[in-house]
Amino acid sequence: MSALPSLPAPTVAGLARGLLNGEYSSVELTRACLDRIAAGQPALNAFVTVTAEGALAAAQAADDARAAGRAGPLTGVPIAHKDIFCTEGVRTTCGSKMLADFVSPYDATVVSGLKAAGTVMLGKLNMDEFAMGSSNETSYFGPVRNPWDPALVPGGSSGGSAAAVAARLVPAATATDTGGSIRQPAALCGVTGIKPTYGRASRYGMIAFASSLDQAGLITVSAEDAALLLGPMSGFDPRDSTSVDSPVPDYMATLGDSLEGLTLGVVREFFDKGLDGDCEQRIREAIAVYERLGAKVREVSCPNLPLSVPTYYVVAPAECSSNLARFDGVRFGHRCDAPRNLADLYSRSRGEGFGAEVKRRIMTGTYVLSAGYFDAYYLKAQRVRQLISADFARAFADCDLLLGPTSPTTAFAIGAKCDDPITMYLNDIYTIGANLAGLPAMSLPCGFAGGLPVGLQLIGPHFSEGRMLNAAHRYQQETDWHLRAPSVWA
Amino acid sequence: MSLTRTDIENIARLARLELTEAEIPVYVDSLSRIFAFVGELERAPTEGISPMAHPLPGLAQRLRADEVTETDRRDLYQRNAPAAEAGLYLVPKVIE
Amino acid sequence: MAPSRAVGVGLNMAGSDMAGTDSGWETVIGLEIHAQLATRSKIFSGSATAYGALPNTQANLVDLGYPGVLPVLNGEAVRMAVCFGLAIGARIAPRSVFARKNYFYPDLPKGYQISQYELPIVAEGVLEVVLDDGVRKRIGITRAHLEEDAGKSLHEGLPGLTGIDLNRAGTPLIEIVSEPDMRSAREAIAYMKKVHTLVRYLGICDGNMQEGSFRCDANVSVRRRGAEQFGTRAEIKNLNSFRFVEKAINFEVERQIELIESGGKVVQETRLYDPDKGETRSMRSKEAANDYRYFPDPDLLPVLLEPAFIEAVRATLPELPDAKAARFVRDHGLSDYDAGVLTASREIAAFYEDVLQRVGSDPKLCANWVMGDFSAFLNRDNLEVGAAKVDAAHLAGLVSRIVDATISGKIAKEIFEAMWESGASADAVIEQKGLRQITDTGAIEAAIDEVMAKNPGQLADYRSGKDKLFGFFVGQVMKATGGKANPAQLNELLKAKLAG
Repeated sequence: MSALPSLPAPTVAGLARGLLNGEYSSVELTRACLDRIAAGQPALNAFVTVTAEGALAAAQAADDARAAGRAGPLTGVPIAHKDIFCTEGVRTTCGSKMLADFVSPYDATVVSGLKAAGTVMLGKLNMDEFAMGSSNETSYFGPVRNPWDPALVPGGSSGGSAAAVAARLVPAATATDTGGSIRQPAALCGVTGIKPTYGRASRYGMIAFASSLDQAGLITVSAEDAALLLGPMSGFDPRDSTSVDSPVPDYMATLGDSLEGLTLGVVREFFDKGLDGDCEQRIREAIAVYERLGAKVREVSCPNLPLSVPTYYVVAPAECSSNLARFDGVRFGHRCDAPRNLADLYSRSRGEGFGAEVKRRIMTGTYVLSAGYFDAYYLKAQRVRQLISADFARAFADCDLLLGPTSPTTAFAIGAKCDDPITMYLNDIYTIGANLAGLPAMSLPCGFAGGLPVGLQLIGPHFSEGRMLNAAHRYQQETDWHLRAPSVWA
Repeated sequence: MSLTRTDIENIARLARLELTEAEIPVYVDSLSRIFAFVGELERAPTEGISPMAHPLPGLAQRLRADEVTETDRRDLYQRNAPAAEAGLYLVPKVIE
Repeated sequence: MAPSRAVGVGLNMAGSDMAGTDSGWETVIGLEIHAQLATRSKIFSGSATAYGALPNTQANLVDLGYPGVLPVLNGEAVRMAVCFGLAIGARIAPRSVFARKNYFYPDLPKGYQISQYELPIVAEGVLEVVLDDGVRKRIGITRAHLEEDAGKSLHEGLPGLTGIDLNRAGTPLIEIVSEPDMRSAREAIAYMKKVHTLVRYLGICDGNMQEGSFRCDANVSVRRRGAEQFGTRAEIKNLNSFRFVEKAINFEVERQIELIESGGKVVQETRLYDPDKGETRSMRSKEAANDYRYFPDPDLLPVLLEPAFIEAVRATLPELPDAKAARFVRDHGLSDYDAGVLTASREIAAFYEDVLQRVGSDPKLCANWVMGDFSAFLNRDNLEVGAAKVDAAHLAGLVSRIVDATISGKIAKEIFEAMWESGASADAVIEQKGLRQITDTGAIEAAIDEVMAKNPGQLADYRSGKDKLFGFFVGQVMKATGGKANPAQLNELLKAKLAG
């Protein structure tokens, strides 16, 4: 890997400046990315599909647009999409055997928004199957490896997105977060991740896992990059009834605002016995940075937050059991050989097409919705969800943003948590609350523990992305954790 | 809470998932653990708390104008179909 | 299908009726009517809803349940459901919720049907029906909810295979769930026809039963007369004609009575009516997966309806059949029966009013012509009101010539037939065929004299007391005048002449 070509700048902001100044063309930049992807793929397995030809054509078109004076701030910037987003004419697998040969006839709204902004798609990123997992080990296309140590998981489900950005194969990637699937891998790979408010970006064309929790977002090197890319992928979409019809603010405009007077709430429940001591130390240090920046820090309590994992493992499987019923081997997707009858077509196509974790969640969800269990599980969980949301609302009465760790530990070994689903599910103990309440949240690199990245989590009230990106950006101006890359990939 | 083999078989049937003989005990074990874990919710005091089906409170369903906006793209859509003929999706004979 | 908890809660027990064949039994029927809403596009997508397109050419990504797609609600479907609710005096829910009904079937692309469960858009309405014998009965409507239709399975021409056409998938439906208030097939039909009339009045459904736009499931049970508990019900699926509903219910009632009387037990199940054999049979395939796992659809938000919206819809409602019929009785002196027949179709009612307005008198005569020959010819030629060559002006012209005694009622029928074929006005036909009525006293007397002269024997018999021969003389004079003699004048003059 000594011959690994390096990118001319680590960030989208830097690359956009280089393109603007004519230091290199988008075609040159795209080639460099494709070279790094080719070199990195055997070690990391971050991509499911690389669209080299399409990328170069799009890069050429971007260069032409620039020559014609029609370039926007992101024209010609190469990015990659999590393979959960439908991309017209390009295989969209969702990390599953079920969709291994599925070519989407349409673009997700997030994809078309970023395309319209001039970005160049490099390919589709690996992920846990149907976004169900916290380690990227459930992908039909094999696990993604952590660029900081290939024996470790990158986190999940957006593990391909996080690993590709961490290894600087791509400057930025789209991702999705249902229970922490952007923030946890961002933390474990030492990159920046943002999950916007539920409804901020359209879910149209994003293959559904749990519809009331799923939200599209980004994995980037810096908060500034997230601010640059978030606008074009956000906003009201008439095709998504749950997307919110309110204007998207100019996130760049407020990025540099002072943090003087900002109140940060440190969530007591996040500092539980499960939190690794070194990780806790890094979070405390980050709090000190914020105090230096003029923020007021106070402790707050969200007493119901410890119930977020069991709540999630009722609500998310319930919705997924229904969302994944459309994969029946009839109109698209895997179909078993020589079905004997209709029942056989269904059960064998689905039994063969879905992996073990997906089947586990479908069965869990089928059970909690079934007659006799609906009230005790599904309705009960939705009531507890209300309590958790109310806890957050109370906290935001006194604070602008909440703060805590993203994940209880740094990256763990591939295979370490595969045997017990509960242990795996508890990885998301600090991230799930924001999904249940629909809140925007971020993870920022805030140092290392045992040589591995640690993530700091920020959570804001609904539609506070601007303030949250501002707080993240100011922190990243004071620190350089986000610019650290694993030495082999630097 | 502990699930039995029969429970797993019934759930799998309802979910239309064929399980191998080897998979069944694995799911008996893991689903039992999951339901023991989510059983924690039972203790939460939720009297008088309404269920929250949607993360943003107070929003209303938007209504679309009654306009035909789609054209026939059957051939494109059926490229993903495992079995289609004469424009129809094919399945083994359905007996009612 | 509606949630089972909504059915079986009968409150309105008025007007019990004889059940089928055995007076020791009482039949209990509730109907679930599915009416396709006459929107241009589907309930959750922009695909066309037109009937009869080539398979799957009106099925877009949303209708096919493609990965990643989402539903967006058609506002017109909501408006139409509200129309229906207001027309039956129901409560319009200020907040209603879409739910998923989960089951696997090849004509159901997503593996769930988007429907409404706990919070339907319309609840607690009532319809009054008038039975053949004039008895009025109120049928409770538990609820009416919005949902999407499924696709179609085609079994012909594909050996060992079923072909799936999803053009119909996503067509908006309202499912109208009645209370178990009906006590005979006759009542069920009267209720179903009433709903059929109403949805067409409102313009929310074309009512085309052959194309499946209007169809129903019937929940049927029997119990010993006087029993308080309902018997176990069977649900008969997909009845798409009034005749099938009647036959299926009557078959099912007899089946259940025979079963119980021979010591058996009715099981709660779904049954399919086979029109060829005239019987119902168990649909075991539907029984296996009867746990629908309803839950609120997270892809759709609650439908919130402001009072102002509901009132705006109310302001657009047409005069409804019952109000129109009452007005016809009150203003035009028609019988309940005539008013009911005329108002069963909004178009016929409008046609009648048009004719009446043009004639300016004789509402009963106008009604007879609209309900009689005009309707009979429409039926014979399978035409809609507007498609006939006889329009309201033409029919009014004909009736006017009866009123002013230019022609007799009998001749009018002949004229009408000619008008129907040619599209000519009544006056033109009368002139052309020389059918003007003879009202000239002298001419009629001359004809009478001639008949009397030709039939001296009959004249003698009549004069000796055979009164019955009066009819003979009327007939002969009519014959002699080509049927054109004014009947009233003829009677009067003939009586005088015969008396000698």
